[in-house]
Amino acid sequence: MSAPSMTKDECKQRVIDIIADIAPDEDLSNVKSDVKLRDQLQIDSMDFLDIVMELRKRHGIEVPEADYPQLASLDSSAEYLTPKFNALAAKR
Amino acid sequence: MNSRAHYDVAIIGAGLSGLAAGIRLAHFGRRVCIFERHNAPGGLNSFYSITGRKYDVGLHAVTNFVRPGVKGTPLGTLLRQLRISREELVLCEQKRSRIAFGPRGETALCFTNDFAFFEAEVARVFPAQIDGFRQLTQLVRETVYAPDSPAQSARAVIQAHIADPLLADMLLCPVLMYGGAQEHDVDFRLFALLFRAILLEGLARPYEGIRALLRLLLDKYRAAGGERRMKCGVRRILARGGQAAALILDNGEEITADQVLSSIGGPETAALIEAAAGAEAPTPAPALPAGQITFVETVTVLDREPAALGWGDDTIVFFNDSERLAWARPEGQVDVRSGVVCIPNNFEHGPGQKLPDGIVRATCLANYDRWATLPEDTYQADKTRWYGLIQASFRRFLPPVGDAALASATVATDMFTPRTVAKFTGRLNGAIYGAAVKQLDGRTALANLHLCGTDQGLIGIIGAMLSGITMANERILRKPA
Repeated sequence: MSAPSMTKDECKQRVIDIIADIAPDEDLSNVKSDVKLRDQLQIDSMDFLDIVMELRKRHGIEVPEADYPQLASLDSSAEYLTPKFNALAAKR
Repeated sequence: MNSRAHYDVAIIGAGLSGLAAGIRLAHFGRRVCIFERHNAPGGLNSFYSITGRKYDVGLHAVTNFVRPGVKGTPLGTLLRQLRISREELVLCEQKRSRIAFGPRGETALCFTNDFAFFEAEVARVFPAQIDGFRQLTQLVRETVYAPDSPAQSARAVIQAHIADPLLADMLLCPVLMYGGAQEHDVDFRLFALLFRAILLEGLARPYEGIRALLRLLLDKYRAAGGERRMKCGVRRILARGGQAAALILDNGEEITADQVLSSIGGPETAALIEAAAGAEAPTPAPALPAGQITFVETVTVLDREPAALGWGDDTIVFFNDSERLAWARPEGQVDVRSGVVCIPNNFEHGPGQKLPDGIVRATCLANYDRWATLPEDTYQADKTRWYGLIQASFRRFLPPVGDAALASATVATDMFTPRTVAKFTGRLNGAIYGAAVKQLDGRTALANLHLCGTDQGLIGIIGAMLSGITMANERILRKPA
C-alpha cells in the first residue's frame, strides 16, 4: 500500500488553512515558517487550542497537551504533523 | 420504553452564554441540546412585541467595542471563538455618554469610545485627582479576573488612588449599573473588567438591537448541528454518585447527558438538584444566596427622535442626585435617586439606518419583594405611578422638555419590574446580575454539572458569551472526546 505521501509544504498549508478560519482578521500572506506563530500573529492560547481541535475535527489528528509546543511555528508543526498525516493516510 | 434521548452535553437556558457554549460544542462535534423554558431565546437579553412594536430587554449597549483591526481584546476573542466575522456583526458606535451627579447633574463626566476623551474630562473636572486616576487606570489594565487572583473591595482600591469620594462614586456608577450584583461594593477584579469594557473599550449596538445578535448566534448554532428545544425547560436534575445522572424536563420526559452546563444561575441550578430514585442525597454545596440587585425599567416610545424633542445626543446617561451613590436593594419599591437612561437612537447607525421610533429607556434600582406579591390591580396602579416618578427623576438629567411636548410626542409606553424579570427568566428575586458571590470556576455540587453565564462571574452581553465559551472550552472541550 503506497498512499501518496503528504509533503511538509502541504502540511503547512493545512495548518495555514486552519488559522485562516480561526483568525480571519490575520494577514497570513507573509507568515515565516521558521518564526513562532505567536511572534508574528496575534494568536493566543485560546486560538492554539482551536488549532488543535480543528486538527482533530478535520483530519482526525490528536495532539496531546504535552505536544502543544510542537505547533509553535509552521516548520515545527510540519515536522510534527506530517508523519501523523501520512500514518493516517496509510491506514485508510 | 428505552428511547430516552442522550446527549454529549445538555445546556440549560438559551441565553447568550448557553448559545455561545452550544456553538463551540456543536462546532467541535459534540451532540448538544439546549433546553429553554421560554418561547423566545435570549434569557436576560431578549425581546418582545406589543401591538406590532418591537422592544428589547436587557441590551442597552454592547460593551467592549473596539474598531475592526484592533486585536487581543475580549470582542476579538469572542468573534474568533464563535467564527463570527465583523461583517456578520455590524456594531454602531455610541455618540457620547455621560455620568451626571448632583440634584440636576451639575457634575458631569462625558465619555466616548476614545478613552483619552474621558481622561481629559476627569482632568478638567477633578484636576487634583488626575494622577490618582491614571494610576487606577493602570491598575485596571493589569488586573485579571480569574479564579486564582484574590478578591478585593473595589471601593477600598479606588479610595487608595482617588481621595475625592464624588469622583470615586462617579467611576463606580457605570460599573455598578451595568454589573453590580453585590450590594454596596463590587469585587475589584470585576470592577476592572467592566471599567475596561465600558470606558477603556466602548459602547456600541447592532442596528437591529438584541435580535440581530440572537439571530446570528442561532444561525451559527444551527449550522454547527446544535439542537434546541424551546418551551421545554429543565425541572429537575437527578443526582447519583456525585453526578448529574438525568434531567427531568418540564413535560416530564427524562433525558441524559454526559455533561450539563447550566446558565440559569447558581442558586437556581442548586434548587433543581435532587437525589435520583434509590440514590443517596447529594452533598449540598455551600449555598450561594440569591442576588438582591434588581431594577425596574420604563420605555417611552416617541413619534420622533429624542434629539428632535430636545433631549440631546447622549447615548447613555448614568445619573445620581445624592451625595453618595447608594447601591443596595431599596427600602421602597423603587429608588429613583439614581439610574441609567439609554437612548438607542443616539448610536451612529449610519446612513439610511434610522430606528422606526424614538426610544428612551430608564432603569432604576428596585425591591423584588415589594413587587412580587401585589394583587394585579395594585401592581398595575403602582407601575403607572412609578413610571411617572421615574420619568420625573431622569428628566432632571436631560435637557428640559416641556410636559405638553413630551405628552404629545409619546406614542406608547411600557415598563418592566423585578416581577417581570423573575417570571420570564426564572431568576430568583429578578436579580438581573445574579448572585452576589460568583463561582468563577463554574463548579457545582455535581462533578459533571457546570455553571456558565452570570453566576460564573462574567456579566453583560459580551461577558455572558465569553463565559459560555470559557466553560465549554475548559470544562468540556479540553477533555478528549
